[in-house]
Amino acid sequence: MAREDPAIVSRHSFLESTLQGFTRALSKALQSEHAASQPGLLQQLDPRVRVIGILALVISVILCRRLEAIAALLAVAIALAIASRVSLASLAKRVWLVILGFSGLIALPALFLTPGEPLFTAPALHLSLSVQGLRTAVLLVLRVETAATLTTVLVLSTAWTHILKALRSLHLPAEVITMLAMTHRYVFLLIETANQMFESRQSRTVGILSASEQRRMTARTAGVLLSKSIELSHDVYLAMLSRGFRGEVRLLTDFRLQPRDYVGLSAFIFTSCLAVWIGR
Amino acid sequence: MVKCFVTRRFLASGRDDEIMHIPDGYLSPSTCATLYLFAASGWYAALNRIKQLLATRAIPLISVFAAFSFVVMMFNVPLPGGTTGHALGVGVAAIVLGPWGSILAISIALAIQALFFGDGGITTLGANCFNMAMVGSFTAYGVYRMIAANSELNSRRRVVAAAVAGYVSINAAALVTALEFGIQPMLFHDASGMPLYAPYPLHVAIPAMMIGHLTLAGVTEAAISVGMVSYLQRADVGLLRGISSWAQTPGSNLAAGCPERSPARLWWAVALLMLCTPLGVLATGTAWGEWSAADLANPHKEEQIGAASGNHAPPSSVPAGIQRLSTLWTAPFPGYAPRFIKRPIVGYLLSSMFGVGFLVLASLLAQGVARKWLGRTLQS
Repeated sequence: MAREDPAIVSRHSFLESTLQGFTRALSKALQSEHAASQPGLLQQLDPRVRVIGILALVISVILCRRLEAIAALLAVAIALAIASRVSLASLAKRVWLVILGFSGLIALPALFLTPGEPLFTAPALHLSLSVQGLRTAVLLVLRVETAATLTTVLVLSTAWTHILKALRSLHLPAEVITMLAMTHRYVFLLIETANQMFESRQSRTVGILSASEQRRMTARTAGVLLSKSIELSHDVYLAMLSRGFRGEVRLLTDFRLQPRDYVGLSAFIFTSCLAVWIGR
Repeated sequence: MVKCFVTRRFLASGRDDEIMHIPDGYLSPSTCATLYLFAASGWYAALNRIKQLLATRAIPLISVFAAFSFVVMMFNVPLPGGTTGHALGVGVAAIVLGPWGSILAISIALAIQALFFGDGGITTLGANCFNMAMVGSFTAYGVYRMIAANSELNSRRRVVAAAVAGYVSINAAALVTALEFGIQPMLFHDASGMPLYAPYPLHVAIPAMMIGHLTLAGVTEAAISVGMVSYLQRADVGLLRGISSWAQTPGSNLAAGCPERSPARLWWAVALLMLCTPLGVLATGTAWGEWSAADLANPHKEEQIGAASGNHAPPSSVPAGIQRLSTLWTAPFPGYAPRFIKRPIVGYLLSSMFGVGFLVLASLLAQGVARKWLGRTLQS
């Protein structure tokens, strides 16, 4: 990467990182689809039970005030991931390491900023690490890790269409569900379009572009994508009208609760309540 | 030093907008619930406004625009100095869709990020939508309209307006996020004072958030807004006319979608309020802080003023400033009653009728002037 001259950046540095971003998003989506089709514990439960159960667990993570209770919920999340055949390696790569780097770094100053009983003092730096500071930092990171693990396990074990249907059963307006479904569908189409635009631009670019030229290029690409998106929305609208759309949205919900779903829901609710009670 | 460390974290981050996607665990349950409530009110109002404006076209338009916003958030924008940043795109969304459409499109993009890609929390989705979609959209739209005013769609002024709108909106959203972080340790801590959620108080959270956004994220947002508005001015200026102009496109059954609201209900409400004005007669004493020079010179009133002010005695003589300014303007209806009216109730009613009449005349006059001016601007 040509970082030596700040005014000139190698075309690869921003074109390739944008393309890599698109590829990452697509691979995440594929990974979710693959994991959702596995015969795991969560996959066997009704999607409504999964959504409500995981939501209850996430809320209990936020409500807990004790480290031990949150650590126990993280163990539950990991057990759910294993039982649902969600790869721990992908969880570590996608959630744990990212959050450790992000929230860990944000929580680091709290070790020294939070007043309390000193645990370690570095006299040369005039810094004192407090017990309360350590607990604050660990509490924040552990809470974020646990909630994100639970959310990711849900996302990886449930097809997007099922999540939407489960949200509908929580009485979200049908228009909102339809918009979420349509957005999800067109995100991939627009990612593909943007990907092709960047690739074609990359193949036509020779030499090194200045930062201002790259900025103009990115904005122009975004502008073209905006025009294409609006055109697409007109076409989609006309296609909807031709199929009889008159503004009313009806969604099919064909889920039926089985005895195991009631057991699963009870287990989720019981675990959440127990964690809140222990961690109060 | 520690503050610098936190701020450097944001500055050094390739994804400087990521901190605005608050993950689960940074905000307390009550903060999340309150912000969900605010966000839900915004979503409800936005959905109704957009459905009124676009009728059946609302769903495909907002959905595809939300998908576009999602993709634009992934663009790496090269910045001066050799670094890159990610834009939120709220400035462009507010300019093209208006504030209500932008609220829906950005909220849906954020919901997809949280529910499908796991970026941003579920319990904090309301907070994220409130900060970025609502505060961001309204700020961007307000700033853009204020600077662009009635300038030509392809004027340089619109580009400047877009830049400032993008820059200010992202910083407004960051400030609200910082405030939410900063109040956590004050409100939510255990018995020993240990913070339970985001651990930094306002004096750390605000600079830490704002330094990164006033520099990198703000510049990124301004750069993408400028670039896109300049492009649209050359290639697709129609998109800068606003969402209401799209109602004329073929296929949209919008005529029925935006009925003119009758002002009858408003007039009835005004009439009712006017009829209620004599309720002021029931109030005893003098309104606190609205004392006249005569009140301050009256020993009986002075006693009342002292009693109403926590037994702090008013000055023994009328202050010179009040004495001097009290003669500057004599109201035509002093005490809401013209001098020739003996009954206070009639005086209140007459005052309210005069006041409302005056305001209606003034607004009609302003409307006439504005129409004339606008007509001249469009002709030129």
